[in-house]
Amino acid sequence: MSTRLPVVGDDPVFSAEQPSSPRVLERAQYTVEVVSDSGEGAQSCGQILGTVSAKMGNGVWTVEIIPAEVQPPPRNPAGASGNRVRIGSGPVTNWGDRTDLIVAFNEQALLARHRLDALEPGAVILIESMWQDHDDEGIRAEWSAAMEELGAAGYRIIHVPAHEQCLALTENPYLGKNMFMLGILTELFDRDTALIGAQIRHRFRKKDESVAERSIDLLELGIAWARENLDFRVSVPPVPGDRDMVVMNGNQAVALGAVAAGMELAAMYPITPATSVSHQLGEMFERFGGIVHQAEDEIAAAGVAIGASYAGKTAFTITSGPGLALKTEFLGLAVMTETPLVLVDVQRGGPSTGLPTKVEQSDLLAAIFGQPGDAPHVVLAPATIEECFHVMVTARRIAETFRALVIVLSDANLATGVQPFPRPELDQAWIASAPDQSPVPEGKAPYAWDEQTGLSQRFIPGQPGGMFTVTGLAHDERSKVAYTSDINQWSSAMRSRKIAVLGQTLRPPSLNGDDAGDLLIVGWGSTKGAIEEAVARARDEGLSVSSLHLTFLSPLEPGLAEIFSRFQKVMTVEINYSDEPDGPFVTHQNRRRGQLSWLLRAQTLVDVDCWTRVLGEPLRPGAILEVIRSNCGAGGER
Amino acid sequence: MSAVCSLFQLHDESREYGMGDYEGAQARWCPGCGDHSVLSATQRLLARENLPPEKTVFVSGIGCSSRFPHYINTYGFHGVHGRALPVATGVKLHRPDLHVFVVMGDGDCISIGAGHWIHAIRYNVDMVALLLDNEIYGLTKMQTSPTTPQGYVTNTQPRGSYLPPMNPIEATLGVTNASFVAQTAEWVPAHMLATMEAAYRHPGFSFVRILQRCPHFTDDLFGELPKHPERVQLLVHEHGIDLEALEGRFPNRLAHDPADLDEARRLAEDASVIRLGVFFRDDSRPRYEETRHLPAYTAPEKLELLERELDRYAV
Repeated sequence: MSTRLPVVGDDPVFSAEQPSSPRVLERAQYTVEVVSDSGEGAQSCGQILGTVSAKMGNGVWTVEIIPAEVQPPPRNPAGASGNRVRIGSGPVTNWGDRTDLIVAFNEQALLARHRLDALEPGAVILIESMWQDHDDEGIRAEWSAAMEELGAAGYRIIHVPAHEQCLALTENPYLGKNMFMLGILTELFDRDTALIGAQIRHRFRKKDESVAERSIDLLELGIAWARENLDFRVSVPPVPGDRDMVVMNGNQAVALGAVAAGMELAAMYPITPATSVSHQLGEMFERFGGIVHQAEDEIAAAGVAIGASYAGKTAFTITSGPGLALKTEFLGLAVMTETPLVLVDVQRGGPSTGLPTKVEQSDLLAAIFGQPGDAPHVVLAPATIEECFHVMVTARRIAETFRALVIVLSDANLATGVQPFPRPELDQAWIASAPDQSPVPEGKAPYAWDEQTGLSQRFIPGQPGGMFTVTGLAHDERSKVAYTSDINQWSSAMRSRKIAVLGQTLRPPSLNGDDAGDLLIVGWGSTKGAIEEAVARARDEGLSVSSLHLTFLSPLEPGLAEIFSRFQKVMTVEINYSDEPDGPFVTHQNRRRGQLSWLLRAQTLVDVDCWTRVLGEPLRPGAILEVIRSNCGAGGER
Repeated sequence: MSAVCSLFQLHDESREYGMGDYEGAQARWCPGCGDHSVLSATQRLLARENLPPEKTVFVSGIGCSSRFPHYINTYGFHGVHGRALPVATGVKLHRPDLHVFVVMGDGDCISIGAGHWIHAIRYNVDMVALLLDNEIYGLTKMQTSPTTPQGYVTNTQPRGSYLPPMNPIEATLGVTNASFVAQTAEWVPAHMLATMEAAYRHPGFSFVRILQRCPHFTDDLFGELPKHPERVQLLVHEHGIDLEALEGRFPNRLAHDPADLDEARRLAEDASVIRLGVFFRDDSRPRYEETRHLPAYTAPEKLELLERELDRYAV
């Protein structure tokens, strides 16, 4: 093994002399990225680090760094694939601002992260050094150029001869290098090697045993290399909690939540980033007596779910923006026929194919208003991985109680983010009961709308005496096609009234921070953690700012106008597009605003401002903090 | 059938139903419309098979014929244009104990819903799919449908339909896992009833194209056919349909074994004569719903299983 410590930079931590014992950096939280070409396994490496850290009692938030293609060209900045893992002593609610340490399998993937401003000034870089002396002159030139650019940025760059090291154990280090890198991280963060080993074995459980064994050998090689060559360690001591925790990503939570809700049929068509829900369901749903139907298209998936719901327990369908668009007509049918239905939209960047693997919150208005004709229904958005689980129970119950369409807006950030949360205390009452098959009393109508609430009891095929035909045509309470002028007015009112009734059952949202002040930030969905972290930092600076996070978007939670009146300025922070207020041709009147901002202005008559970004990544708390600083006391648009 | 179904088998099996038990609202189709005779034959089938109205579901799309569920006293689902098959698939997947019928027009099934049609054939879920084919869009007033004959003048193609019509039987026979393909005509009620009965009894997706008169818009297409039995050839076989009562009226008969897929395709492709009968059937083809052997758990059992699932994610 080389005795030369491969170090660039002048930090004494990385002095060329091997110190007697490594220096330990004590941190309350620390962020790591692992990036490689697609297929080299940086994602597994990051995921295992995140999962094991959570199992050791750390707060964790992981975010996938995903290229759009399965196999993009190698050594290409656009092909960077991997994971960010933010590890904390306490709970971690978002991906943070920048990474403190990055492990890169080639300098081009590294360069991509640098150019996206993903690295902290002075961040530690562990870079595979094989490219430095590569046979290909072009590659050597790319390496030199990259090192020059990165060197100028002042990072602490450590060369890792991973390829060379791995050759001792495998002929093809491209498959397996990730385990060597995981070994380095295991040593750096003092991770439990038994837990790491268990994760590796689980990951390769469907392959020959020798694959896991070789991976563990490579892991140990990485550990040994780090022991010998790295003179620092990072300590993020876990703060033990007293609650049982589980750790998973948002799509896994949605799938398990659907089981906990007693749902028995999911219909879907593959679409990023929703597909992994169906992978999860496909793997386990049938063991619970459920069917996952992969339909021929998005439209059929909605139709199958509606058919199943009509005939029994509430079914659900999962999709992303383009699929939501295709399902639109069926969603209108669900509303018109008052067939319970849950649709989970894991939002990605749009419009059109947009940014398939990247987060955005741009489907809000389409989800609420996208159906031609008046189609009142329910829209809610989980804000955390934990809420992804529980929202399915809530959605199923609302769908059944109100004979309603319930759209759940998740997003790519929640879908792939991994976070520990308190283990759900399962309740039998969450599980859907068997469909009513008792005889229908003579004379009872299938839409016997209660005049006050719009609610009615649905008839389910199999119930003797309940035979009737549901129809997407305007119809009366007996489901007879409307041929007189007043029926459509009346039935529209009944469908709308249900939503008002649901709105009245909701509690006003609680405030994070003081009840009144200079600035109120309003958010929805996956941005909650970043917003609340930014607000906490701003309040530490003495700024008068609070935040409020909405779960129900349709109907909106009550009391908003009154809450807004206690703040000098109200603005939303969202991951969707809005015009800059001072952009060319943009006026106060014609400005296109963030989608929640648009909704809140219409519903409260308050001049709600917004700050939004569509960078294809989750919002950074530091960026939100800047927004708070420049808007506190400023009055803004108001 | 899975244990899920037993939950739902509560009806009184001793009861006998007559045609009157299936009478729904007064049909609003035009006088002389073929839909009327399909409705009567269907009600006759249900009575003959003694299907409890509450255990029977008719699913339709949009079009004249898709008003069908309103006029029959069973459960009905009158949905959106072209999408009856996915809804019916959802019903049957979740409730295999129900008898599911799908009623579609030619625009509904062959045009806007073509993607679902192709895949429903392959899924082979146990249901009867009736294509009521009058070769025209009637409800929206005479636009070209995919089965409209070439050169036929409509409001959307006033110089005549540009292309040869789609052949639904040929297309269906071309799809992997097709298991029952038949053609009948509403002006031959005995044949129609026998075809529907064979379709109902076939385990799997039974596709029946019913040639149908539209006296309002396309009287010249099928209107004269009842007077010209020589233009019709009956496909007869003991495993298909062979009605003695029709021998006199339809002398042109061809013995065709519905097990012979190649011959079925050849017969379907040949448009020189209108063939009625079972082109193909194979009761052994895999059915999608049967590939799903689902356990039935009580709520406490599900929770116990879920606890074990959560253990895998425990910190």
